[in-house]
Amino acid sequence: MHNLWEIVSKPDNIPIVLLLFMVIGYTLWSFKKALKNDNQGFLDESKLSDKIQVWPSLVRVEFLATLFVMVILVFWSFLIDAPLEEPANPTLTPNPSKAPWYFLGLQEMLVYFDPWIAGVVLPTFIIIGLMAIPYIDINEKGNGYYTFKERKFAVLTYCFGFLILWVALIVLGTFWRGPGWYFFFPWEEWDTHRVVALTNVDLSELFGIHTRAADNSLNPMAVIFGVALILGYYALIPLYWMKKKNSDIMKKLGAVKYNIVAFLFLTMMALPIKMVLRIALNIKYILVTPWFNI
Amino acid sequence: MLKLREKLQQTEVWKSIFRHNYQDTNRNRALQIVDNVFLHLHPVRISRHATNIGFTWGMGGITFLLFLVLTITGVILMFYYRPAAEYAYEDMKYLMNDVAFGPLIRNMHRWAAHAMVITVMLHMFRVFLTGSYKPPRQFNWVVGVLLLVLTLLLSFTGYLLPWDQLAIWAVTVGTNMARATPILGHEGPFGAELGMRIDNDIRFVLLGGTQVGPPTLLRFYVGHCIFLPIIASIFMIVHFWRIRKDGGISGPTSNGQE
Ligand code: HEM
Repeated sequence: MHNLWEIVSKPDNIPIVLLLFMVIGYTLWSFKKALKNDNQGFLDESKLSDKIQVWPSLVRVEFLATLFVMVILVFWSFLIDAPLEEPANPTLTPNPSKAPWYFLGLQEMLVYFDPWIAGVVLPTFIIIGLMAIPYIDINEKGNGYYTFKERKFAVLTYCFGFLILWVALIVLGTFWRGPGWYFFFPWEEWDTHRVVALTNVDLSELFGIHTRAADNSLNPMAVIFGVALILGYYALIPLYWMKKKNSDIMKKLGAVKYNIVAFLFLTMMALPIKMVLRIALNIKYILVTPWFNI
Repeated sequence: MLKLREKLQQTEVWKSIFRHNYQDTNRNRALQIVDNVFLHLHPVRISRHATNIGFTWGMGGITFLLFLVLTITGVILMFYYRPAAEYAYEDMKYLMNDVAFGPLIRNMHRWAAHAMVITVMLHMFRVFLTGSYKPPRQFNWVVGVLLLVLTLLLSFTGYLLPWDQLAIWAVTVGTNMARATPILGHEGPFGAELGMRIDNDIRFVLLGGTQVGPPTLLRFYVGHCIFLPIIASIFMIVHFWRIRKDGGISGPTSNGQE
């Protein structure tokens, strides 16, 4: 318990606690609104669509919100000091070294993927994928009001990405990761000398194909196996297309947008898949090449 | 008293500042918005649900408020801070121990920065859940994503400035990924093959050295205090302008033109 308190009361971790409460609260709140709209057959927002004057109606809300936020901020700043630790010392590495909390999801991905994927490729896809959303979501319903029924896939995908892959990983990185980036329960004391024997194997080895020969050179069979698996994974894109291409949604979406949606979706799902492989089966790599590993 | 006020209101000076009287008429309410450079960011009339906290969560507005707080407290901090490795930490100590209201200003800057990261994520979540990125607001969502990235970068560059253990190691962890950039990083796929070394790759450019050191501090300082805030302000101006041009806050009926 002592350790949990240690983590929670770190000044820089207070925002995470705040984030957690706000995210859960907002999710429940908006789903309540969405389900209400879906069930009652009319939109609550439509009842409020008459025009009113900005002065005083909006300016009043803005003023009150400003007061509210400033009061909280000033109290927070009076009560809790921003951290200032020992002076910077490049020769003394703290263990664990953690990135700022909003990047802990990315740091957690480093456990499952090499840095070039976790630190560069996936973040780039996150940004590009987010920017692409308005152009690949062709469902014109659900514009300007809360709803779930009319856009289930969109809402579920976003919630999965934001709530699980972003927020939950931040929480995991803050509370469950200790020295050596090992897994500790939040209430467990951190054992700085813990060493866990590395027993990770490559996926091909589960099937009896060794990644490397005795002289440490790559086994071509293992490379072919890995390439086949990854191509097979993304081959789901054309396969699903073949199956569904005559449905109304697919016709409206068109081949180009479909491919982008499917690619981004599968890339996002690659993270939980690799997490499960690593945690359940100790899988290290799916594909090993001389230049990069996946 | 009343007479004095009336007299005052007749003077040329008064009239040159306040363009209309304050009788509660629709016309004056409109003028109040239009005649004020700060308020005229707003339209004169909007739909009722746009003022509804339950709809917008007020998160975009609060994000902007926090940005303003950060600008003001940040400028004050700049009076006490020198971005050189031998001074930075000492300046922070001095600020926290000997400057009147120094800790308050620093704390407000720190906590507002954390809060802004939270509110910008929640704002985005709200915009998604109300489908407000759908036509005609697609482009404003893209501008929003850029603002999100800029907010994270502002926060990250600021994290280094106290120049304590927390700062350099968090930034070391964060920037270590850059060495693995495909093609541009010396440990990334095809990086070494293309001549990337630790002293010429993308991470070297970001840090101004092979590790987080004094040149990094200066780079992050300039980015944090000048470059990023200016870029972010420009995108915010575009963001707000677009909200109006796209017909105000989205709603079941207000997706047409202004
Ligand atoms: C520095 C960051 C940002 C600031 C200061 C900001 C500010 C605002 C404000 C004040 C509004 C008015 C409505 C409201 O308060 O909800 C708004 C609306 C909007 N924002 Fe942002 N925003 C930021 C970041 C973002 C991000 C990250 C996104 C999404 C990726 C985004 C997308 C939008 C869209 C699409 C609207 C229109 C919403 C509607 O019509 O309902 N903004 N923004």
